Order: sequence, then structure tokens, then C-alpha cells
Amino acid sequence: MIRSEILRDIAPILRDQLVVCNIGLPSQELHMIDDNARNFYMLGTMGLSSSIGLGLALSQPKTVISIDGDGSVLTNLGTLPTIANNVADNYILLIIDNGSYGSTGDQPTYAGKKTKLEAVAAACGCENVVTCKAEDTGKVLQAAIDSKQMTVIVSKCDSGNIKLPVITMDPVVIRDRFMTAVAS
Amino acid sequence: MSISKKIVDDFIANDISFVTTVPCKQLAGVIEEVEDRDEIFHIPSNKEDEGMGLCAGAFMGGKRPAIIMQNTAIGVTINTLATLTQYYRMPLPMLISYRGELREPVACQVEMAVHTKALLNQLSIPTYHFHKESDVDELDAILKYTFMCNKPVAILTDASFWGGYGDQ
Repeated sequence: MIRSEILRDIAPILRDQLVVCNIGLPSQELHMIDDNARNFYMLGTMGLSSSIGLGLALSQPKTVISIDGDGSVLTNLGTLPTIANNVADNYILLIIDNGSYGSTGDQPTYAGKKTKLEAVAAACGCENVVTCKAEDTGKVLQAAIDSKQMTVIVSKCDSGNIKLPVITMDPVVIRDRFMTAVAS
Repeated sequence: MSISKKIVDDFIANDISFVTTVPCKQLAGVIEEVEDRDEIFHIPSNKEDEGMGLCAGAFMGGKRPAIIMQNTAIGVTINTLATLTQYYRMPLPMLISYRGELREPVACQVEMAVHTKALLNQLSIPTYHFHKESDVDELDAILKYTFMCNKPVAILTDASFWGGYGDQ
């Protein structure tokens, strides 16, 4: 199961939540599968999906799901201690871990080698870290939402991409409609 | 009134309630003041680009954010400023210690100081330089300007403004 199949699988769960989605193919895939105002697509700035999501979760009461990749989390590893030490129980970090940099041609990441992001997250102090198979992502994500406890999910999947167009929506439009959805 | 207290009073008067910081000896008093105030949620960052991500999220969640950092951070955050804060048009007051200016004891700090204003200029970031203590009187207007125009705005505060480096 590859990332786009996971996103297709969990789209009905994501639909009712605020979602901050990682740069590149993950945002393009989510945009194609279920574009709606509650999705914030990152068009640049690799690594900050988890930080944007945490800032959002700490600032308002609705559930926020940051969709991140193993490569992006490695880019911004400092995010994990910040998350652990600033608990927001309306925050879920979903790391889709395919062991590769998908958007740039599937080069391997260290998470696909010896580094275990679930162990890193736990060592940073994150209290609810769940590792799951790609097929179980929806079930685990729904349980995390229902638990109302800050959760880090590491979903292990195969690397691989589908062909799809870039997002051409203006960033200010993405941001404005997202803020309207946040405030509604 | 201490400068640190005046700065944080201005933050609060402008409804800034989410502040991220990366430590600096010069800014230690302000950071302590931010931590002490109930009106502000203080979240230390491990790196300044991470902090700008937190601020972007807070802004979209309805809070007014600010970041407190050293000028070396300009080198770290150019991509984030261009592709997140500016691209999505978000306001962000950046209170920056301008290390490497007059009275600086650490030579290496000068290496980023000489690039600081050029980089901010290249990024078309409105930039204000606090050199004398009375310059802080403009802070309130600068904060109002930042949230009026939805841009990142730099407030450089040098050693003369802070009264030197003390016993460093």
C-alpha cells in the first residue's frame, strides 16, 4: 500500500477535521482525492507541517491532523521535543513513513534504514506513539481522534507515487478559506 | 519601567498572545517577561524556522503571534519567510537581537551582522533598527503596522539599545 492509497482510505475521516498537509505529492494527492476548505496545503517549506499543525492546535479547540512524511520529519527533527513538551490534546501528527523522499524520486531516507521515528518520538517525550501498518491507518487515526489525547502515528507503507498535477490554487486563497473553516 | 517590560506591554496591548523564542543573552529579559505573563502563551523553539511554522499555525488559529530570535536566524529562515510567511501573506513581528554591531565582543557575530540588513532588504521585509533606548517608543506603531499589512516585519535591537553586553 502506498501513500496515495492511505490518503484515499482515510479521506472520509480527514474530511471532518482540520488538516495541515505536507509539501509536494501528499498535498497534491489530498487535493485530488478530497479538496475542501479544511485542508491547508503546503506549497513550500519542507518540514514544517508538524509545526504549523501544533501552532494551530494550541490556538483553537478543533482537532488538527498534521500529515507529514518521514523525510520531512527528519528535516525538522526539533519538532518532536517541542510537540512532546507542549501537549495539545486536539493534535495528531500522522507520519506516513514510506522510507523515502517520494516527491523527489524515492531516494531512501534514514527512516527507511536504521532510524526509527517512533523510537525518536518516544525518546523526545511524546506520550502516545502508535506504529501501524498502512492498512490499519484509518482505524488508528479514528481511535486517536476519539481518545482526545495528543497522538503521534507512524504509518509504515511502501514507497511509490502516482502521477498528478501540481496545485495551482493561490496560497492566499488556500489560507483564507482554511481560516474561515477554522473559525466557523 | 524596564525595556523588556515595555516591549511585552506593547505586545499585549496589540493582542499578541502566542510568542515563540530562541534564546539570546541580549533578549533574556524579554524572554523571561514573555514567560511570566499570563496573557501570552510562550513556546520555545529549537530552531527559528520551526518557530515560524508554529506562528503560522497560531495565526490561522486566530491568535496574533510573534517570534523573538537572533539575527543569525535570518540565515536559517529565508526559505520559510519566502515560501510560508510571505507566500501565504501572514503577519509576523520578529524581535531580533542585532548581534555583531558596535560593542560586540564576539568576532564571529559580525559575519552575520554585515549580511543582516542586506538579506532583509533583499526579502523586502520592512526593517526597523532600535539603537537608542527611546527607539522603543515606535514599537507600538510597528506592531500595528505589521498586523495591518500582513507581512513579516523585522525589529533589530543592537547592543547600544540594550545598554551593552554587561560582563560578557
